Amino acid sequence: MNKIAATIDNFGRAILDNIEEMGRILILFLSVLMWMVRPPLKLRLIFRQMEFVGVKSIFVVVLTGTFTGMVMALQGYYGFKMFNAESLVGSTVALGMTRELGPVLTALMVTARAGSAMAAELGTMRVTEQIDALYVMATNPVKHLIVPRVIAGVVMLPLLTVVADFMGILGGYFVGVPILGINSGAFVNNITKMVDLGDIYHGLTKAAFFGLILSVVGCHKGFNTTGGAEGVGRATTEAVVLASVSILISDYFLTAIMF
Amino acid sequence: MIKLVDIHKSFGRQKVLDGVNLEIEDGKTTVIIGGSGGGKSVLLKHIIGLLKPDSGQVIVDDVDIVSLNDRDLNEIRKKFGMLFQDAALFDSMNVLENVAFPLKEHTRKKEKEIREIVEERLRAVGLTGVEDKMPSELSGGMRKRVGLARAIAMHPQIVLFDEPTTGLDPVMTEAINELIIETQKIFDLTCVVISHDVQSIFTVGHKIAMLYEGKIIEYGTPEKIKMSSNPVLRQFLSGSLEGPINVI
Repeated sequence: MNKIAATIDNFGRAILDNIEEMGRILILFLSVLMWMVRPPLKLRLIFRQMEFVGVKSIFVVVLTGTFTGMVMALQGYYGFKMFNAESLVGSTVALGMTRELGPVLTALMVTARAGSAMAAELGTMRVTEQIDALYVMATNPVKHLIVPRVIAGVVMLPLLTVVADFMGILGGYFVGVPILGINSGAFVNNITKMVDLGDIYHGLTKAAFFGLILSVVGCHKGFNTTGGAEGVGRATTEAVVLASVSILISDYFLTAIMF
Repeated sequence: MIKLVDIHKSFGRQKVLDGVNLEIEDGKTTVIIGGSGGGKSVLLKHIIGLLKPDSGQVIVDDVDIVSLNDRDLNEIRKKFGMLFQDAALFDSMNVLENVAFPLKEHTRKKEKEIREIVEERLRAVGLTGVEDKMPSELSGGMRKRVGLARAIAMHPQIVLFDEPTTGLDPVMTEAINELIIETQKIFDLTCVVISHDVQSIFTVGHKIAMLYEGKIIEYGTPEKIKMSSNPVLRQFLSGSLEGPINVI
């Protein structure tokens, strides 16, 4: 009986912990919104974070986008060939990239690269008392550290997604046309016929939301780090896992809403 | 004047401060001593509002800072500077940017003027030509000096020192102690120093307070502390294993 009670107790405690964590993330998000509109804007810090989150992620996003487009063309060709509909490969790659894979894969790659770095950097600042030093110098750390990172995440993710979409379609074209022998005109024509601006906007809206998730979660985990170097490692891992899972779950609901 | 009135603080079930009462005199250096993990740093963090007590008052210049909102608390914090245990310099900034940080945040001074103030503060702590170095390139003693330069950059009334000599060799310990004495005199500061380094206590302190089991058990001038018959204080100062302080 005691064992059952302990299991229920642990289960309940885990649920309460998760709800508490969600509450904390929400409070941090509201605090970010509040500090975002209070002057001064600290543009230099925002641009520095944009460079880190955006410019420095371009290479990995180009690679991911290109190879995803290439493999989609290969897989699509295999399926469409059964129905003699190979010319649909282009539009399939384009729709898949713009609506789904572009934003999701970009967000996951940026989470791994920049979201983890946010958690590690803020976590180190926390355990070495640099965040306390900001408080002591009458500077709000949310305004100084978190707002620039969240703005950078929300602004740069859609831009990186555009790059991923473009490179994915280009990768699909290079596999589809020169290698698999799909007619170039049919490939491009089907893309322009079947993909409209709405598909791209949906994808970019999702990307902005994913940028918000990865930056708020990364900052939250880093900002609340405890326990020295081990704590920083734990915060970084938790940030990547929580942000990635949240991105994938929210992706379903966003798609369902915008479908 | 800083006044701590009946401060209680617990973390979970662990009671760290159990009714601390202390008055810190203006223009003097008060050293708070006590064993490792005895709540000295916790007490210091209450003085500047980094931690809020479970009950009690922290009065700075007649204002109880416990109940203040963030904006008013920040105004009070501008009266303070603080040297952290490991200096807490910003890793991403060089020495110049670190010391200039509070000036850029809270004043409208021009770059040239800020640079002049930074150089003057660095000179005051015995450093020249290190403006472009990153914190990772500095030794422990130099980091503390830069931390002190940053703490006094805004010409505060009060400077808090969290174990300023921990981890330093005896010569550097003496140099930092001298620096605390000099800076206190030159800038007419109220200093609060947390320490368990017996040598330093009597060098820098005008007043000494002993924190033990969450309470201030002895307070007075260095002479009074030296003459005290309190067994806890006697054991602490002599470093003996025999006595009321149980470490093993």
